[in-house]
Amino acid sequence: MLGKTANGLFWMFRLLERSENTARMIETGQRIALTRAEASDDEWASILQAAAVSQGYHAKFDEVTRDKAIDWMLRDKDNPSSVRSVIGTARNNARMVRTALTNEVWEAVNSCYIRLNEVLARKVSERDLPKALEIIRQRSAFVRGATHGTMMRNDCYDFARLGTFIERADNTARILDVKYYVLLPSALSVGSSLDNVQWETILRSVSAHGGYRMTHGHKVSPRAIAEFLVLDPRMPRSLFFCTGKLRDNLGYLASDYGMKQPSHMMVDELCRRFMSHDIDAIFDYGLHEYIQDVIGTLGGLSRQIEIDYRFYE
Amino acid sequence: MQSFFDEMNGVGDEVRMPYAHFDEWFKGEDLASLRAKQREAEEVFRLMGITFNVYGRNEAEERLIPFDIIPRIIAAREWQKLSRGIEQRVRAINAFLHDIYHRQEIIRAGRIPKEMIAQNDAFLPQMIGVTPPGGIYTHIVGTDLVRTGADEFYVLEDNARTPSGVSYMLENRETMLQMFPELFSQNKVRAVSGYPRALQRSLAACAPPGCSGPPRVAVLTPGIHNSAYYEHSFLADKMGVELVEGHDLRVVDGRIAMRTTQGYQPIDVLYRRVDDDFLDPLNFNPESALGVPGIMDVYRAGGITIANAPGTGIADDKAIYSYIPEIVEFYTGEKAILKNVPTWRCSDPDSLGYVLENLADLVVKEVHGSGGYGMLIGPTATKKDIRAFEKKLRARPGNYIAQPTLSLSTVPIFTRDGLAPRHVDLRPFVLVSPDKIDITPGGLTRVALQKGSLVVNSSQGGGTKDTWVLED
Repeated sequence: MLGKTANGLFWMFRLLERSENTARMIETGQRIALTRAEASDDEWASILQAAAVSQGYHAKFDEVTRDKAIDWMLRDKDNPSSVRSVIGTARNNARMVRTALTNEVWEAVNSCYIRLNEVLARKVSERDLPKALEIIRQRSAFVRGATHGTMMRNDCYDFARLGTFIERADNTARILDVKYYVLLPSALSVGSSLDNVQWETILRSVSAHGGYRMTHGHKVSPRAIAEFLVLDPRMPRSLFFCTGKLRDNLGYLASDYGMKQPSHMMVDELCRRFMSHDIDAIFDYGLHEYIQDVIGTLGGLSRQIEIDYRFYE
Repeated sequence: MQSFFDEMNGVGDEVRMPYAHFDEWFKGEDLASLRAKQREAEEVFRLMGITFNVYGRNEAEERLIPFDIIPRIIAAREWQKLSRGIEQRVRAINAFLHDIYHRQEIIRAGRIPKEMIAQNDAFLPQMIGVTPPGGIYTHIVGTDLVRTGADEFYVLEDNARTPSGVSYMLENRETMLQMFPELFSQNKVRAVSGYPRALQRSLAACAPPGCSGPPRVAVLTPGIHNSAYYEHSFLADKMGVELVEGHDLRVVDGRIAMRTTQGYQPIDVLYRRVDDDFLDPLNFNPESALGVPGIMDVYRAGGITIANAPGTGIADDKAIYSYIPEIVEFYTGEKAILKNVPTWRCSDPDSLGYVLENLADLVVKEVHGSGGYGMLIGPTATKKDIRAFEKKLRARPGNYIAQPTLSLSTVPIFTRDGLAPRHVDLRPFVLVSPDKIDITPGGLTRVALQKGSLVVNSSQGGGTKDTWVLED
């Protein structure tokens, strides 16, 4: 397989994952704005931050408002991570790696692009927002379904999965990074209980609302939330789960190609880290510092994969 | 009012034989449901992403080539003659290319003036003395034909460089099979779906001497912004070979190798969809970022097959075109089966005089132009256009050729009000390998969708049709 093709697959799936994450962030923000009396536009500022699109936003706009924040994340062409930009780039990547995709996957991506271009052609009104977000979710699900159902489990699939899980782990880590202070024991001592808006934001933005309840019931504690998002092996967006998938897919590549690469050592090391300590140890170390470490390691892993598999010259 | 030969209705109202079953079928259909089918077809093309990029416009703009659901039908007997004529012509062109880059017998024999070659930009001095692997220059040819009567076919162009459109031939057929399966039960239509495998086989059969083991083929594309990118990825996908760009390739140990996830691996045959000029920045245009530095040196040393060979443009140059009947005779010893359109070379003062006097009746083309750009169609041009063109012609007569306006045949297309005749051309696709010449039955029919228009180019509002060759 061409290095360029591996690169294209990696980014195509990374960007598809990103569009879904961004849509979910918008959904979270909107939900909280509508259901929580104490919510304010400040909430949108932290959502922009968690989606890593805050810098660009502030370069273009002076103040954070609901409308502007949603449009920036959904449609703005100046924002390379807006859903519309990301889907366009993902589709360009798909065109570039067309020979590595099945017809089903290509058609799912192409029709996702065509449909979202229609939906996002004009500013989305508040009334149309739920529908638009649903279409984004649904279209990504089509692509994922076609990928699972039709792609060979070969190196093409491995690179697609690596892109998906690097992006997903990065997304979860970023949300924790922005909201970590809410989970600190000291934050709890300020008020009597955990700020409801805050923890709901965290769980919803990683689609973990139901999963958390299934695991921990209605008892919400910062320690349990942090453990759920960092260490839970069953939660498909936890850092440990995503890292495990990265290790699996790099492992398939190693056995396919008959060769281990530096990125394999890195991912093994990261997995060992998650397995060797519990959440108390993480709090002792410092949640913020810990998450920063993980983000740095994931970035390094992504760069190492690029080198190991000759994505560029 | 000029009368045209209609391939369905002839010159009168009697339906011609190849269209008999189709005519019966059509009479039983209602227009509303066919209109729905026409929209359905467009949706299929859109979802599959069968698009082309338009030059000189917004970089991101992709367009669909309009597809017309009415098939163009060719009888077995008609096809037989056509394919014999095409094969003869393609053989002659390969022989001509070999000769022109070696001993130049045809010039010595005085059949072609020396300056036609020496002063031609399409002649590639880097190819002098080079014999491509298997002796094949034009692995893939798309011969443009037009029809003017029941038995009258002319070759319009020989497209011996990098002819495009074959993906439309294949996708048009797939779409028709999906939409109107019953038509294919009622008519015995020869299949075209074997093309990708035939192309792969044909390319592999031209592997260079440096190749050990099964030949590794790759398609070289300028990238996703190229107007024909869809076709490049389509062909690579259907052949099951890699689709590479210049920056994926480099010279490694005297071979052209592609950068894979497991290191550099050599390629044996490169089906390039990049023009000669951009192929090698070291040997040709130094500004090119599309090619591979040093590929010409590897090629000359027999390390890779390039399809089509560099320098084949000299054979489909519009100035050389007028000599093709002589070329066919010179190398095959036979009269050309397919006719050439009479052509005035404006470099010749007498011809120029005639052309200038008759501009309103002629089609004038740039010698090196393509895609229907930069040409004058006298009968439909305004007086102002003609005057402007006259200036260009006087300034650089050698840059132009002129031909009479042909009465191109028509084939019905589907319009709001039912069938209506529109002008068409035909581009059959030819594969050349050392052991055989393979012509896919049919080809790409391009149709001028505007009533009365003679311009079929997709870049100028033309559409396409499925083209059927019937079994005997």
